[in-house]
Amino acid sequence: MSENTEIKIPTVADMVAAGEVPEILFWVGCAGSYDDRYKAVTKAFVKILNKVGIKFAVLGPEETCTGDPARRAGNEFLFQMQAMANIQLMNSYEIKKIVTACPHCFNTIKNEYPDLGGNYDVIHHSQMLQELINDGKLTLKGGGEFKGKKITFHDSCYLGRANNVYEAPREVLEALDAELVEMKRCKTKGLCCGAGGAQMFKDAEPGNKEINIERTEEALETGAKVIAAACPFCMTMMSDGVKNKEKESEVKVKDLAELIAEAEGL
Amino acid sequence: MEYISQIAFLLVVGFFGFLLFKRITQIKKNILLGRDVDRTDQSGERWKTMLLVAFGQKKMFKRIIPAVLHMFIYVGFIVINLEVLEFLIDGVAGTHRIFAPILGGFYPVLMGMFEFLAVLVLFSCVAFLIRRNVIKVPRFTKPEMKGWPAMDGNLILVIEIVLMFAILTMNATDQVLQAKGDPHYVQTGAFFFSSFLVPIFEGMSNGALVILERSAWWFHMVGILAFAVYVTYSKHLHIFLAFPNTYYSNLNAKGYMDNMDTVTNEVKMMLGMPTESTEPPAEIGRFGAKDVNDLTWKNIMESYSCTECGRCTSECPANHTGKKLSPRKIMMDTRDRAEEVGASIAKGGKGLEDGKTLLGDYITKEEINACTSCNACVEACPVNINPLDIILQMRRFVAMEESGSPASWNSMFSNVETNFAPWKFSPADRFNWSQELKEESNKA
Repeated sequence: MSENTEIKIPTVADMVAAGEVPEILFWVGCAGSYDDRYKAVTKAFVKILNKVGIKFAVLGPEETCTGDPARRAGNEFLFQMQAMANIQLMNSYEIKKIVTACPHCFNTIKNEYPDLGGNYDVIHHSQMLQELINDGKLTLKGGGEFKGKKITFHDSCYLGRANNVYEAPREVLEALDAELVEMKRCKTKGLCCGAGGAQMFKDAEPGNKEINIERTEEALETGAKVIAAACPFCMTMMSDGVKNKEKESEVKVKDLAELIAEAEGL
Repeated sequence: MEYISQIAFLLVVGFFGFLLFKRITQIKKNILLGRDVDRTDQSGERWKTMLLVAFGQKKMFKRIIPAVLHMFIYVGFIVINLEVLEFLIDGVAGTHRIFAPILGGFYPVLMGMFEFLAVLVLFSCVAFLIRRNVIKVPRFTKPEMKGWPAMDGNLILVIEIVLMFAILTMNATDQVLQAKGDPHYVQTGAFFFSSFLVPIFEGMSNGALVILERSAWWFHMVGILAFAVYVTYSKHLHIFLAFPNTYYSNLNAKGYMDNMDTVTNEVKMMLGMPTESTEPPAEIGRFGAKDVNDLTWKNIMESYSCTECGRCTSECPANHTGKKLSPRKIMMDTRDRAEEVGASIAKGGKGLEDGKTLLGDYITKEEINACTSCNACVEACPVNINPLDIILQMRRFVAMEESGSPASWNSMFSNVETNFAPWKFSPADRFNWSQELKEESNKA
């Protein structure tokens, strides 16, 4: 990069110690912290946050699982233990606004933490990217390498049906000047990748097909060269599906933040 | 002697009215087997939801062909039942077509409209029978539809067809009798659709015609009453329950799972945090749902509102890929169990203590474990039924009361407990990505 400024990844603890408060907390999530593929999304998003100069911070080593998979698998005790610990921490830091690249974390913190005393203004990173584009803070220089390319968007259930976020990710893709092609089942009718409801953490029940294969076939039918995703579980399931179909050299599964970062040359 | 038909009419109405009342009382009891949940807030939003989804059938129109056919039957049902008002007055007062002289020239127009709708209902019912039995639309041939449910669906359509024919026969014979100048049959003017049937009946004697006309009238009247009772035993109850069921819809974001306050109190005590209530905790019931009484009354009301259309199941990713889960079956099982328990209690039997439970005897773990909680079933339901809510309550029972979750979920639980992440990674490595990113961007 020509700008020779070192990338900044401040933790809330550091900021507070320095007498500052972050404008927004970037909730990284477990997949974004540990999963090799999704770490790339975390990094892309942090680069974008650096570029636009938002005063953000992360919890870093203090962050823990929101409890979502435990709750969906039925373990309410474990969910509430996790939730209360996270809420105590965030409330002690007086966190007001949160952005996350994981729709499961997004749903849990936004909709379920208020019951336990955690009230924050929570947005998904697709919504933040849309805002940045609308405000002209990300200009995208004509879409870069994605201009005119066919991109399809796979709706995450926890973003779409669960929280009615359908347009923000699509508007982000449109800003890339790409040709957005929809799958047969999209938006309210979008087909799940197969990993929600804690399915990510166990084998599928007996059946005649894997859900991610069914969804990948639909995505490939569009002829898109990029399958855009906005969720770590969808990312894994769709990448596995593309590999299973031996299409990984032609078709890429990418997160919105990665596409924007690439188009921005970050 | 001249009052005999009026007395018979009142007896018939009273008989079916009594059956209907008893049955409605029983269904209400069955619904109230469920635990309480407050759905009385935001009445404005609730009325709006009911008007759009139940009255306006907004969600039906995601599939246009069945939506239009269904709308013909729905409008037909509502409008043709206005005619039942005349039936009731005529039946009680011993009059014949009491509205004809009052409405004058508008009467045949009104009848023409009713007949037009009757013809549309006929057409739609035949089309629906073809979809079920000839085209065999996949969602009507799933395993849970074998036997009674398939028969129930066909019976309803056949009954509706027969009822519509009764109306048309009644009107046609009435017109023939009018033309023949029978003094009892007031002149109404021709009815558009049934007048096509007039040639069939013209050759008949007056006596035969009166018998036929009266039979059709009685058949239609008794048919409607008997059908109303039948509906309460069938999947067809949605014609009434769609309205309260949508009024009491879940208005939260679909992704929201309700908080278990009993658990919150326990967790707070474990963490040494102050609990909200100072009273000693009341006897805590079961965590999650094993039987119908663990579900909410709304869950059970939804099971009675389900008309087994199967849109949920046809949108379910698990069902689509051959898994045992069918959201429709979850609702059918819930209703069957509520019926079983309710009938047993009514007879002074063992009720809930009959040795059976909803989870185990009706719904298996394999089914609830296959759910991805994607909300496709909830989105698909034309009357806002939520099968996912029942599935998640059952998972809570399995995890917290039985520790019977799949082994890999139990490992995930222990990972969250010890590593604070669902995978077996060290908490110390959580922030490694930041160092990696700094190194990567320095190299660039």
